Amino acid sequence: MSDSKLIVLDVKDLGIDFGGLTAVNDFCLQIYEKEIVGLIGPNGAGKTTVFNMLTKVYQPSRGQIFFCGEDTAKKTVVDMNKAGIARTFQNIRLFSKLSVLDNVMTGFHNSITYSPVSAVLRLPSFRAQEREFTKKAMELLSIFGLEDQAGQMAANLPYGAQRRLEIARAMATNPKLLLLDEPAAGMNPQETEELMDMIRLVRDHFGIAILLIEHDMKLVMGICERITVLNYGMLLAEGTPDEIQNNPAVVKAYLGE
Amino acid sequence: MGFLSYLISGLGLGSVYAIIALGYTMVYGIAKMLNFAHGDVIMIGAYVSFFALNSFGLSLPVTILLAVTVCTALGIVIEKLAYKPLRQASSLAVLITAIGVSYFLQNGAQLLWSSSTKVFPSVFGNGSITIGSLSVSILTIITIMTCIVVMVALTLFINKTKTGRAMRACSEDKGASTLMGINVNSIISITFAIGSGLAAIASLLLCAAYPSVFPTLGSMPGIKAFTAAVFGGIGSIPGAFLGGLLLGIIEIFAKAYISTQLSDAIVFAVLIVVLLIKPTGLLGAKQNEKV
Repeated sequence: MSDSKLIVLDVKDLGIDFGGLTAVNDFCLQIYEKEIVGLIGPNGAGKTTVFNMLTKVYQPSRGQIFFCGEDTAKKTVVDMNKAGIARTFQNIRLFSKLSVLDNVMTGFHNSITYSPVSAVLRLPSFRAQEREFTKKAMELLSIFGLEDQAGQMAANLPYGAQRRLEIARAMATNPKLLLLDEPAAGMNPQETEELMDMIRLVRDHFGIAILLIEHDMKLVMGICERITVLNYGMLLAEGTPDEIQNNPAVVKAYLGE
Repeated sequence: MGFLSYLISGLGLGSVYAIIALGYTMVYGIAKMLNFAHGDVIMIGAYVSFFALNSFGLSLPVTILLAVTVCTALGIVIEKLAYKPLRQASSLAVLITAIGVSYFLQNGAQLLWSSSTKVFPSVFGNGSITIGSLSVSILTIITIMTCIVVMVALTLFINKTKTGRAMRACSEDKGASTLMGINVNSIISITFAIGSGLAAIASLLLCAAYPSVFPTLGSMPGIKAFTAAVFGGIGSIPGAFLGGLLLGIIEIFAKAYISTQLSDAIVFAVLIVVLLIKPTGLLGAKQNEKV
């Protein structure tokens, strides 16, 4: 499908072993521009491990990851972020003692180019850039409905707002592909509904591709254009939400026989 | 009358401790390690200043610049060679390495410059300002002013710049910082550079007050400043400032009113009492362990 669209992520036969244990094997995935793709599977299937390989937190044992046509074999975690992959975490990992604004500003780290020396001397380049990126951060925060909490410590935000702030912080790194690790975890149906709108909005507003891990099937079936199912570290199925819902192997993996 | 002048000399001594303590506390806050070689960086700074002033006859500003440059470079090199390879090792291994680096620097200095004490030239003169019956030396005033300038500059740097933000982010969660595109290694490097640069400044203030230069010169101020950092809450920058000043005042008061010989014992006794009552130090954050 989507042959006319540009391919953003192309994962070929990816695998990783921890000691003698093969956590993920022969994993393949293509994501096209502006696509929302779901990665689902039972607990322990290796979904977060895939995220950790895509961001190079884990070095894959086998296979290749092409990002925007480029082989990422030699890239580090920081390189992957610079190349345009940003992520959120299953268990929220905000900088809890930093302000909401500063959390987003850390995402701009590589976009802000003034040198430490000009910062110490408070040269015009420092002042101008700080002003410019503070404005950008506030714009991002307002997209996520957090502009009124900008000065608060991140730890003091309610749970749903913390999840939104994680997405805002990831977006500050200017990604082409956003990885969301269980964004709806712990949310009530109302919040999940709002989150779905927000994920669509992020895709449309920033024109990026999104890969998300999620257990909430309403969310997955509601917003994903394609779904990849992982079971015991292996690719179990791939297709549209309709195809996945009616796939006997998927039903079996989730419900047992 | 005595009280006020003791208080001011206490603040002077405490200012030096505070500047050194910043090095300990910043490195601990970001690299989560105790850099016991920090005191010996002061010693190297003292020798560099001594040779610059005495042997090469350089002016004071050039000497300061040279000492800061050498110590900053030394801090970066120590981190790269000794600590960076141990990033994944146990904290005990890193601690022992730091002690090793400390001895390496002390013995290296002894080998190069002998263990005999060199007399540091007078840099700020012996002048003093008299206000009423109170006489304060110029050096004490310079020391306190320097400490205030360093504190304000560092606080602004940490709170208002991208590097400072990255440092705070790394201190909380290195993994998440890396995933935001922050190069944690370079942030740790910058932290060591700043701490060691401050050690150079401290070395000049220290040698101006106690004008003898010898290979183990940094040990005692190093330990005291480390105590000050723990006292104030290690990892906290205002804590290092407060801890340093209080330690200096306590030390001078103990010397003046109780006993010169016992002053160090009293300083450490106060530390023990504070840690018994508040284990995280005066301004240290309460750590909630996740169970």
